[in-house]
Amino acid sequence: MAQSPAVETKSLTRVFHPRKKKEGKPVTALDSVDLRVEQGELFGLLGPNGAGKTTLLKILSTLLLPTAGKAYVAGFDVGTDFVEVRRRINMVSGGEVSGYGLLTVKENLWMFSQFYGIKSKVAIDRIDQMLKLFGMAEKRDVKVRTLSTGERQKMNVIRGFVTDPEILFLDEPTLGLDVNASRIIRDYILGWVGNGRDRTVMLTTHYMAEADQLCDRIAIIDNGRILACDTPENLKRLVRMNRTLKLDVTYMPDKGSLGSVRGIENFTFHDDAERNLTSLKFVLVDESAVSDIVSEVVSKGAKIVSLQKTEPTLEDVFIKMVGKGFE
Amino acid sequence: MSESWAMRNLRAVRGRAYPRVVGANREPSWVFFDIALPLLTVSAYAYIYKFMDPARVELVGYVILGGAMTAFWLNILWSMASQFYWEKEIGNLQLFLIAPISRMSILAGMAVGGLFFTTVRATATLLIGIFIFSVSFSLQQPAMLIVVFVVTMIALYGMGMMFASLYLLLGREAYHMSNLMTEPVYLASGFYFPVKQLGFYVAAGASFIPITLGLDALRQLFFKTGAADGFVSVELELLVLCVLCVVFMVLSKLSLDYMEKLGKATGRLTLRWQ
Repeated sequence: MAQSPAVETKSLTRVFHPRKKKEGKPVTALDSVDLRVEQGELFGLLGPNGAGKTTLLKILSTLLLPTAGKAYVAGFDVGTDFVEVRRRINMVSGGEVSGYGLLTVKENLWMFSQFYGIKSKVAIDRIDQMLKLFGMAEKRDVKVRTLSTGERQKMNVIRGFVTDPEILFLDEPTLGLDVNASRIIRDYILGWVGNGRDRTVMLTTHYMAEADQLCDRIAIIDNGRILACDTPENLKRLVRMNRTLKLDVTYMPDKGSLGSVRGIENFTFHDDAERNLTSLKFVLVDESAVSDIVSEVVSKGAKIVSLQKTEPTLEDVFIKMVGKGFE
Repeated sequence: MSESWAMRNLRAVRGRAYPRVVGANREPSWVFFDIALPLLTVSAYAYIYKFMDPARVELVGYVILGGAMTAFWLNILWSMASQFYWEKEIGNLQLFLIAPISRMSILAGMAVGGLFFTTVRATATLLIGIFIFSVSFSLQQPAMLIVVFVVTMIALYGMGMMFASLYLLLGREAYHMSNLMTEPVYLASGFYFPVKQLGFYVAAGASFIPITLGLDALRQLFFKTGAADGFVSVELELLVLCVLCVVFMVLSKLSLDYMEKLGKATGRLTLRWQ
């Protein structure tokens, strides 16, 4: 029997109607969204505020019903088989302040684990293990209300993983966190998905670099529509943007031969006599030209001081698709 | 490992009760706010009764018992009925809703925790009040008293669970609703006087609130003159309370399912700052 996709949506549409007419017009948060996320994938939803990312996650996590279309999680309809869906999922949102401030970190995590029927001992062992992994072991018996924003978010992320869901929805999991806290969370997510148990993560993020680093595939969403959905590499290929190679080398009087290297569109240079440097900039047609350029420079007796290659980023893809960057 | 549906829900009840059983007693200020302050109101009524008829000391006992029971009514209004509003504001509600358990387990956990939390406070108020005003009791049927108390609490917290379901989609209106139901119920349920004084029809109408009949029955069982001041017989009151238990439990389940479905359809289930 074929394995069900972790998530599948078919023409999924969600319209929010204002409670009173004078409060404005209906808002289409999702507009005929078709998506398929396979088990074991780390799938990203990238989009600006109001794009529909959170609405999509709310539907998939059974908190909201679609206006039209269908959504399936682990093969179960989120509208009718929501009990089966809930057995397989968990969700964490960035900036979440859930739990009770008077309880300790361990108590809060234990409480939420009880809603999934996990035996106390198993839950506490997992909690201790994860607190250690997240660098929070010394906060185990500290009241939640005394935690910093980063510590609180790490606790929230642990809450999501401690129930060991088949599919985890992460809504901006590193929102507002410092570099270290974000890195710990990203590393854990990567390890969790990559351990061969077919665990799936669907995450929304504002951070292009995060999506690029983490996700197997990314869907770019704006105004409730999926504009593109592919691997980060393939998405970048959608942008017809020249790659460039910048080289700083020791002074190189003879540069004429560089123009004849195959795979470059053109090159420019600047000599800095005071620093005894020559700066070269190549516009590449073919990436294989890099090694030929380096060989040519070295054969002329120059030494490479620095080398920088620029490529299209997800941000370039996003700007091309959406017509604007993140505000 | 996950276990059966029943065990999962029992664990959920325990999990949700825990913050109220353990967490809520961590702030020592509760002794002042939940015991000392209610005693002031009780004392005011007690002194009025003592002034008007010093011979009828049991009237002071009625007030102390009623004062202790107000803790349960306040708990129903502020920690059961409007609880989902607060849970929604802090983000817990959506985590309760996506969990693979019956919503009734969350409500039951709130009720069990609230009952424990409030019983501690009500008992302290009762004992201190008895000590200060030297009230004497005439306990004839202790087993019946326990049964009446337990059934009253089940019916009362069943009502709280029903309110919690109905409040599920409310925003700040929840706060106003709870305010609206505080003082009128103090009067209609006879917290500080025998409810019989309101006349049959008013007292019968107020019997929809389980604490009305529960308190009346407890007074009848606690004090010598209780039966004479009672509304109807303890047996009848117990029967009605049993019916209310079933009615409120069924209504809370039905209303919770309906409100959840409505909330998912309208998108108001997790909408904050309403």
